[in-house]
Parts: sequence; C-alpha cells; structure tokens
Amino acid sequence: MRFSRTSKALGVAAILALAMSGCSGGSGNSSSSSTGNSNKVIIADGSEPQRPIMPADINEVGGGKIGTLIFAGLVSYDANGKSVNELADSIQAPDAQHFTIKIKKDQKFTNGEAITAKTFVDSWNFGAAAKNAQLSATFFESIKGYDEASATGSTVTTMSGLKVVDDTTFTVELKQPESDWPLRLGYTAFMPVPSAALADPKTYGEKPVGNGPYKMAENGWQHNVQISLVPNPDYNGPRKAKNGGITFKIYQNDDAAYQDLLSNNLDVLQTIPTSAVANFKSDLGDRSIEKPYAGNQTIAIPEYLPAWSGEAGKLRRQAISMAINRDEITKVIFSGGRQPAKDFTSPVLDGYSDNVPGSDNLKFDAAKAKELWAKADAIQKWDPNTTFTIAYNADKGGHKAWVDAVTNQLKNNLGIKAEGLSFPTFKEARDLATSGKLTGAIRAGWQADYPSLYNFLGPIYKTGAGSNDARYDNPAFNKAISDGLSASSVADGNKAMNKAQEILLQDLPAIPLWYQVAQGGWSTNVSNVDYGWDGVPLYYDITGK
Amino acid sequence: MTPENNLTGQDTGRRHIEHFVADLDETPLQATDKVKEENAPSSLWGEAWKNLRKQPLFIISVIMILVVVVVSLFPGLFSPIDPSSEACQLANSNGGSVAGHPLGFNKQGCDVYARVIFGTRSSVTVGLFTTVGVVVFGGIVGSLAGYYGGWLDALLARLTDIFFALPLILGAIVMMQLPVFRANRTVWTLVLILVIFGWPQIARITRGAVIEVRNADFVVAARSLGVSRFRSLLRHVLPNSLAPIIVVATISLGTFIVAESTLSFLGIGLPASVMSWGNDIQAAQASLRSNPLPLLYPAIALSLTVLSFIMLGDALRDALDPKARKR
Amino acid sequence: MATYILKRFLQLLPVFIGATFLVYFLVFSLPGDPIAALFGDKPVNAAVAAKLRSQYHLDQPFIVQYLLYLKSIFTFDLGQDFSGRSIAAVLGEVFPVTARLAVMALIFEGVFGIAFGLVAGLRKGKFFDGTVLIASLIVIGIPIFVLGFLLQFFIGVQLGWAKPTVSSAASVQDLILPAIVLGLASFAYVLRLTRTSVIENMNADYVRTATAKGLSRFRVVNVHILRNSLIPVITFLGADLGTLMGGAIVTEGIFNVPGVGNRLYRAVLSGEGPTVVSIVTVLVLIYCVSNLIVDLLYAWLDPRIRYDS
Repeated sequence: MRFSRTSKALGVAAILALAMSGCSGGSGNSSSSSTGNSNKVIIADGSEPQRPIMPADINEVGGGKIGTLIFAGLVSYDANGKSVNELADSIQAPDAQHFTIKIKKDQKFTNGEAITAKTFVDSWNFGAAAKNAQLSATFFESIKGYDEASATGSTVTTMSGLKVVDDTTFTVELKQPESDWPLRLGYTAFMPVPSAALADPKTYGEKPVGNGPYKMAENGWQHNVQISLVPNPDYNGPRKAKNGGITFKIYQNDDAAYQDLLSNNLDVLQTIPTSAVANFKSDLGDRSIEKPYAGNQTIAIPEYLPAWSGEAGKLRRQAISMAINRDEITKVIFSGGRQPAKDFTSPVLDGYSDNVPGSDNLKFDAAKAKELWAKADAIQKWDPNTTFTIAYNADKGGHKAWVDAVTNQLKNNLGIKAEGLSFPTFKEARDLATSGKLTGAIRAGWQADYPSLYNFLGPIYKTGAGSNDARYDNPAFNKAISDGLSASSVADGNKAMNKAQEILLQDLPAIPLWYQVAQGGWSTNVSNVDYGWDGVPLYYDITGK
Repeated sequence: MTPENNLTGQDTGRRHIEHFVADLDETPLQATDKVKEENAPSSLWGEAWKNLRKQPLFIISVIMILVVVVVSLFPGLFSPIDPSSEACQLANSNGGSVAGHPLGFNKQGCDVYARVIFGTRSSVTVGLFTTVGVVVFGGIVGSLAGYYGGWLDALLARLTDIFFALPLILGAIVMMQLPVFRANRTVWTLVLILVIFGWPQIARITRGAVIEVRNADFVVAARSLGVSRFRSLLRHVLPNSLAPIIVVATISLGTFIVAESTLSFLGIGLPASVMSWGNDIQAAQASLRSNPLPLLYPAIALSLTVLSFIMLGDALRDALDPKARKR
Repeated sequence: MATYILKRFLQLLPVFIGATFLVYFLVFSLPGDPIAALFGDKPVNAAVAAKLRSQYHLDQPFIVQYLLYLKSIFTFDLGQDFSGRSIAAVLGEVFPVTARLAVMALIFEGVFGIAFGLVAGLRKGKFFDGTVLIASLIVIGIPIFVLGFLLQFFIGVQLGWAKPTVSSAASVQDLILPAIVLGLASFAYVLRLTRTSVIENMNADYVRTATAKGLSRFRVVNVHILRNSLIPVITFLGADLGTLMGGAIVTEGIFNVPGVGNRLYRAVLSGEGPTVVSIVTVLVLIYCVSNLIVDLLYAWLDPRIRYDS
C-alpha cells in the first residue's frame, strides 16, 4: 500500500486497485497517534440508506452517515462546524460570485483513479442534470447553467458555470453573489465520484468507491442488517481514522439500540430514545454526552389561513409564542435535552446571537399572551369552537409528547381549544404543507445541511422557497437576506442575516421552540467519543479501550 | 339427538331405576309422559337462562360489566375532575398520589384516575362493538362456509383468506384518509376499521367449529327427522359450535382495546382529545422505567374488563353445553 | 382426497388475483406522494420527481400500474424497491428470518398453550385454573410493546441471559426471546380454547365409554379428550401462522429482527406498491396452504369429517 504515494502511472494504479481489493477486509492501519486501541472495530447505530450511495442522491441520515465517511470533498467541517480544506488548496472569489478552486495534487480514489478538477466538474454536472434524477440536485442551484440542466426532460448534461482550467484548477460562476457558498462544499452532494459511478450509478451505488477516511468493506453492505466500513490507508486529510473500522448496525428503532448499548452489544448510540432520556445519565454515567447541534424545532403557522393572516394573525402568533413555557417543556418532557430557542437559527453557528432584537417574543409571558390574543380578537374574533391543531407525523421522531405538552399549555394559558393532529406518515403531513392545504399549524424544524445562518433562513422563509410551509411573503425580509448573501465577508453577511431575523421575530411565520441537543452514549469498550456540529458522532476519532 | 331429548332421556332413566323394583305392569308411563310435556316447551336458550341465573360466576361477571357500563355512561359520577375541560399542568408531571388525585399524575401532569375513568367509554365502545361486529359478520361467513361446504365454502373461505392477508396498517391508513373519516375520526371509525380487518379470524374459527359439529349424530338425526338444513344450522349446529367462538370473542375484546392503542401509536388512532386506556398506555410507555404507574392503572382497568367478559363467556358456555351442565 | 387438494390449489389463482388487486389498490390510494417523500424536508425538485415517477410507473393510471406489476410477476422479475434493489432479493432476505421466528412462536404457544389449557380444563375451578387465568389476563391486558420491552430489559439487559436484539444472522438462538414475546399474544387464545374444549369433551359419551371400558386415565386424556379437543385449537394455530408471519411489526421492531413485518411496515409508510404487494402475495399463499393443511387435519382428527362428498 505504500506504493500509492510514489506511483503515478495509470498501469501501476490498476495493479494497486487489484492489490487493495484483495486486502480490503484485512487489518486496519496502525497509525497510533492517539491513546487507545486503534484496531478496535467500532459498532455504531445506523439506518438503511434510502437510495444507493451516490453523493448527489443522498438526502437522509442513513446514507449521509456513510457518505461523509467514505468521501472527502473540497472541504469538511470540524467538530465546531468550521470548514477546513480537505481536497481544496484554495477557494477564492473576489466578488463572491466567480470562484476559482484549486485542488491538491495526487489525490486518488480507493480504486486508484486520480481526482482532478475534471472529476469535480463531471461529478457536479452529473448531480445537477435532470436526466440522472439525483435527489439532492437542488444543492447545485446557485451555479450558472443549473436551470438549463435541471429543467424537466432536459437533455443538457453540463452547467455552463463550471469550467476546467487545468488538472488542479476549475472555475465556478454563480448566478448571483453568495458569500456563504464555499461553506456548502462540505455537504455530501458536492463530493467527487470516480468515472465508473457516472457510467453505471446503480452498480456503483451498491459498492461505492470513494476517497474518504473509510472505504466500504468487501461485501460490506448487508441490506437492512449492517454496513461495514474499513479505514482507507491512503487517506491523508484531517479526518484520519483512529480505529480499525466502523460497522453500522441497522436499527429499526432507538429503543432496541439503547438496550444493546446497555449490554455492550453496541459501542456508540447517536441518539438516546425518548423512553430512556430520563435514565440514560444514571445508566451510563460518564459514558454519555449532551451537546447542542445545528438543528431546531419550530411550529409553522400558515398565513393563508384567515384567522392567521394580517395584523390579527401576527398578534395571535405572538400570543401563541408567549403562551408556550419553553423552559418547562424542555426540562420536563426532554429532561433538559433541548435548549429554549432565542432565535431562528442555532447557537452552534458562527454569527449566532441570543439577543437579536425581538427575541422577547420567544419568552414565556402568560399575561402578555392573553393581552395580545385579546387585541387580535378586537380586530377579528376567534371562534371559540375552533380547535387550534399542530400537525405532526407519528412514524418517527417522537413528537407526540411535546405536541401534547404545548397544546396543554395553550389551553391553560390562552383558554382556547388545542390538540395535536397526528398523521401516520411523514409524506402525508408533507403533502398538506407543500400543497398549501394545512388546516392549522404544522411541526417544522430544520437540521442544517452546512454550518451557516443563511441555511436556517433562506430555504425556509424566502418568498417561494421550497420549504416555506407558512407561505411567508415579506419583501423586506427577502431584501435583507439578499444583502447578507452579497456581503463581501462572512462576518458582514452574518450581521445582515441577524437583521433579517429581526423581521422574522416580529412576524413569526414559524414559532421557534427549542434548539436540538445531541444526547448520546457509548459502551465500555470505546473512548474518545465526541459529537460534531451536526449532532453526528465524530466516528473517525473513536478508539477502542 | 337434540340437547333437550338428551336431558329428558337421562331423567327418564333415573325414574326407571326407581321403579325397577315395582311391578313391571304398573309402570306409570303416563306420569313420565307428563313430566316430559312440561319440560318440552322450554327452549335451549330458556334452559340456559334458567341455569345461568343460579351461577355465581355469571352473577359476578354481570355485576362487573354493569359497573363498567355505568362508568362509561356517566364518568362524571366517579370523578370530580373532567380531564377534557381541565387541561393538565406540566408542573404536576409524574407526581405521586395527593388528596383529590388518588392515582397521581402522568408525564404530561394529567390526573391518572380521572383519565382512567373518562377513558372507559371509548375503550369499552371500541372493544365491545368491534367484538360484536366481528362475531356477527365473521360468524355468518364462517358458519355458512363450514356448514354448506362445496362451492360456497370455496368462495367464502378464499374471501376470508384475502382479507386475512390485508395488512391492518395499510387498510387503516387508507381508510382514515377517506374524506368521510378524515375530518372527524371517532370511536366508530375505529370500530368499523377493526371490524373490516378483524372478521376473518372469527370466520375461520366458526368455520372450523361448524365443520366439526355438522356431522355429529344429533345433527344427522335432526336432519333425518325432517328439520330443514338452515333450521338445523340455527337450532343444532350453531349452539353447539359456540364454545370456541365465545373464547376467541372474549379475548379479542381485550386485544381490540389494545389494538386501538397500537393504532394511536401509528398515528391513525383516536385524536389526542379523546381519552382512552389505549392512548394512555401508549403515552405512559415512554416513561415506563421512571414511572410505571400511569401505565399500570389503565392496564388493570383493561384486564378487569376483559376478565368480566371472559367469566361471562365461561358461564354462558357452561349453560349452553348440555353435557357439562349436570353436577 | 387428491381431487380435493387439487381443487384447493386451483383456487389459489383467483385468490392471488383478488389479493394482489385489492392490495395494489390500497397502496395506490395511500395518502401522500411517495416520490415527494423521498425528498424529506427538502424542496421537491420537479424534474427529478418526474423522472423517478416514470421510472416506477407512478405516472400511469392505476390499472396500467397493476397490469405492469402482474406482467413483472409472470416474467419472474418483481421490479425494484425505492433503494434500487431487486424486490425478489428483498423477499429472499426477509422471509427466511420471519419464518424461523413465526414457527418458533407457534411451537411455543402451541406446546405451552395446549399443555396448560389441558391441565386447567381437567382441573376446572381449581387453583391451577385460576392461576393460569390470571396469567392470561396479564398477557391480554398489557400490550405486546410493553411486555416485549420489559422482557428485553430484564432478561436481556439486567440478567444478560440473552442478547437484547438479534444478531445479523438472526439465528434460532437469537430468536428465542422474540419468539416467546410474539407467542405470548396468542398463548392466551390457545390456552383458553384448549381449556374450554377439554371441559366440553370431558363429559362426552365416548369419554365416559372409554373410562367405563377401564382405559387408563392417561390414555383417556391423551387419546380421547385431547385429540377431540384439538379442532378449534388447530384452526386457531393455522390462522395464527399467517398473523405471525405478517403482523409481527411490533415484536420485530423491539428486537430489531430484519424480517417481513418490519419491511412491510416501511414499504407501507413509504408507499412502495410493488414491495407491499409482493410481500402480501407471499403471505396469501402461506395462508392458503396453512388453511389447506388445517382442513386436512380436521379429517384426520375427526374421521366423521369428509370433503369428497
């Protein structure tokens, strides 16, 4: 394997590929830079990927976990959500619109194929083209030429904004200036894939070949049972594997996984199930973690409902927001496993502020809430026989408990009828939201794709944005967001984003409830477990005992 | 031999022994006939009823069922707190028993006793009416299939197979989104869905029981005496096939109440504002390890209800079974 | 008898058509757009959605979708699920696991249910009968998701007698605890059916005859009472095999068994028509065959029962 650094000829690379496939299941590499046993194979919980593994086709956690470990992109995010270069040498744009990207030399996939500027351009073009039907195609939407390539039935397979300059350089032209665009490049959709993947994505997706800290073991994907990853000895980026591999055991629910964790059949459990939230600290002691990550929970109230439109609607939303005792719910229902929200984003992000003007609207004040509700009633009477509902999906997420707690508080503090409206499947609830047929509020919330304030604001509250369930439409907000995007620096951009939040805190198209906190645990067999900015364990850092 | 004949036959036998020592010629045949005339009009069900009234098992079960029915009709009589108007306070979460709240509070801070009392109505409605529906529908299909056999059996039994195969969740999700049910999900929606997807089991049990009885001597005898086929099914075959049906029905009553909680868990059950034991058991499961009591009480209520119906079923079966009636 | 069996096999065809049609129709009527759901919280990309819809024939009217599915069955290619895998391969993975689980559960509930039911029936109203009644009430009154969780926690985690979840092989040993939990739900039925049937048969003329003949109590109980009490129990067990094969969603979830119930549940939630129909079709075939076996057992248990007439 040590040939890989010296060999450049393609012929050698082919031999190498054979050699590596022969020993892929074997012993992990032994770079013993940290304490702990670096040969231990970590057993972690996972879920069955929804689609074959193909970077631009990944859009859920099951595939995401695998994707981030077997691929390395231009940048990756460290534990704090700071983006650090992996394959990129430099990413530069004087105007936040015309980017020049230089990549490191001599990078290879585990099959020996070289990674050049062309690899990136081809991979991204593949991801964006409608012809290839990749679920995360929308991530390329800022690039010039995306619209042509992604139109329904389009036969255009390349984006005009991407140009290869030489083996290690390519340029990207965006449709408009976007200062936070480079932050997105660590998301799985932007990962490079070898040419075999583009030729036959289906076969490739079963046995993906990447360039990340891990690679898939020989026959590593036992569907619905487990996915085994082994370290990639040739990886030399910042996320070098410190263990002998990771086996993701696929669980249907977290309860089962927790029982396995207690009996040391599982080494790392990402999320403690609701049924164990009250006990996990006493069960696990110092083998547990509670760490905020970039996600939040909100309830969106559509403005197209008569009772919730105009001035009266705005007052009512403020009243609802103040009638919810976030401290009490996070303490009692989640045993402290959530943090009361003070804005629309997340405290782990660069640029976050806990006192954006207007954040008082998120503080519990039953008297003020009643007053605001009465004020709204003066403008437009609320029919006391109508029930205020919060729609949620029952298939995953355990939302019932907090929805019940919130509706009980609304009953007590506002004297209105309120109850949860459960849907058996996520898709049914989503359907109502996207088709604009909601009859009340819907639970919303956002899990960051990349660490940026904009990611929590633009895709959800901009007019016509894809996830704008509330159908919020405020030109002043749109303007503030565009200002933030075209700012020359990320810091200036963040300031502008918080200006935009001031508008949201008055209008409350969605009512922020709390920030997500990762609650996880590990077995007695492993150490060095920490979580990233996105609430996912840093699997590559875990060692055996 | 019909059950009545069997009974009187034994009576005659005893009298015969009494008179065995007497002069054969003086056997008072007329007296024997007289007794028979008095007994004859009393039907199978009449006999059963006479028998039932004296059974302690029956009396206890009827009292228990009456209590359950009264609680579900007038829950306000048993609990001063009406949980539907008084919302729960999170401050009371998982609180123990205090004055006025004998069973303490659940995780949401709701009074457990009040919820058990007020949850009776929907739970018992689901359990009882689903069972009735399933027994009537499944019973008809099963007995026709088992008794007549041939092409009717083929048709009905295969229809049962098809319905048996339909996954309950699939059917329930589809039915719940029908415009009729979508806007107002009630207990009756649930009853309907559970009946539609629950009857095949009873149909199969009934079919099996009827097949077993249809060739029995007394049925053959009745038929040869000129009793019509259908009448013989009603009068002779069904009453003698009831035992397994009663057993399955009484246990199913409990499983239907529990099924309601499973459906709630899947998001296709009753709305959150409708109280039910199933809903409460479901909700309490999440804090099972820290506070098992909110789960225990509705589960006890459910078990007692099922117990009362199982006892009633046992008593009824005993009363209907001529062979087990003596002693 | 042979003609009867042949007839029953011929009946499979209409059952197959009826069941697949009905199930396909139900899946078709499921609320929500399965393709849109693939995008999760993210905005739906119209072009991608259109492409996927045509790939899975979801843009076709119902009857065309159904006929295309039938065609795929007769060409022995069941198509692909949403993750691009062959459905035939999926069936090949899940059915063996669940079959093991279901048969083990059936053996558990059959053996213990019949044994306890027999003793309870013979000693009607005695202490044992009462104890068994209370035990079955517990099983009925506490839902399986609670019982399963408790058994898993105490036996699997606290005592460490068994692994809390099944391993990747889902071996017989792994499946003991799940099978007991799965069987518990039906255990109460088997027990009470046996008990009632035994009580009924204890007073039957042939039992009295057998006793009068001087046969040993053991022989009377085992040959005469038990054998004649088994018809309702066998009916129930036969039907239950089907329930256990397809309806073990909760138990499979608790013990993380990669079986039919779990896959069916996920396919229903995500609206994958061909996967749901394929699984249900296999289930229907299992029901029909188990039903046939039960019917043949009737004739064996009770010689008066004839089908050829």
